[in-house]
Amino acid sequence: MPPPDIEAIAEQVFVALADPSRRAILAALASGGPATATDLAGRLPITRQAIAKHLALLAEAGLVTAEPGERRRVRYRLRSAPMRVAQQFLAALARDWDGPLDALKDHLDQHVADPRDADRGLNTSRRQD
Amino acid sequence: MPFPDRIERTVEIAHPPAKVWAALTTAEGLSAWFGQEVRIDLRPGGSAWMKWDNGHTADMRVERVEEPAVFGFTWHIYGLPEDDPRRTYVEFSLQSAGAGTLLTVVESGFAQLPEDAYRTAYHGNTQGWASELGELADYLDAAA
Repeated sequence: MPPPDIEAIAEQVFVALADPSRRAILAALASGGPATATDLAGRLPITRQAIAKHLALLAEAGLVTAEPGERRRVRYRLRSAPMRVAQQFLAALARDWDGPLDALKDHLDQHVADPRDADRGLNTSRRQD
Repeated sequence: MPFPDRIERTVEIAHPPAKVWAALTTAEGLSAWFGQEVRIDLRPGGSAWMKWDNGHTADMRVERVEEPAVFGFTWHIYGLPEDDPRRTYVEFSLQSAGAGTLLTVVESGFAQLPEDAYRTAYHGNTQGWASELGELADYLDAAA
């Protein structure tokens, strides 16, 4: 079995989240648990028909799964695995090394052997974060 | 353009490696520029801990200690739930450059495969709270 393409999985998540209706549907499933298209239509300002269409797309992308049941009673459930894959990409973007490295430089510059050096020039390049 | 697995930065620091080393590997040094509260057991396999003013904490495991050239540790990926087992590896390399130091930091492992990716991402299992609650119910039933 080939390894899952985590990039493709993350992309599905970001594409889904870019649409306000799909975002609202995913948020509703996350906060309230599995729900039918009819349940969701009662809670969201989106028609049942549109919700059903979005749920079908989300299921195809693997972001929700349909529980077995007769039509109109099918409950959809959020799948957490693809969300966790997307999280790690966000983590790379959210990781900040520039700030800490600036702080490290500032710290070392403030503790130079000759305090006059600290007063001359070095402080002017210090960034205030 | 694929998402990055590693983040790399190199900075020139106008102080010798020994001084930079102390700032990177001692509780006193680290607390002056990184976390506000720091504990560190500086040996491979030793644990370290940092706390920031915003309440965020980091548990680290020291991996490489080669004074004054290489200091490496792993830590939990910032932004992921606390129980997520994935960790990134951070390595500081110090290279003498004139009177100063060329400091490189590499953090890698952002694109690692989640441990349960095979099970959950491809086998269509429905994981999450519902199934975990189901397991809890099974466990309680069996114990009753």
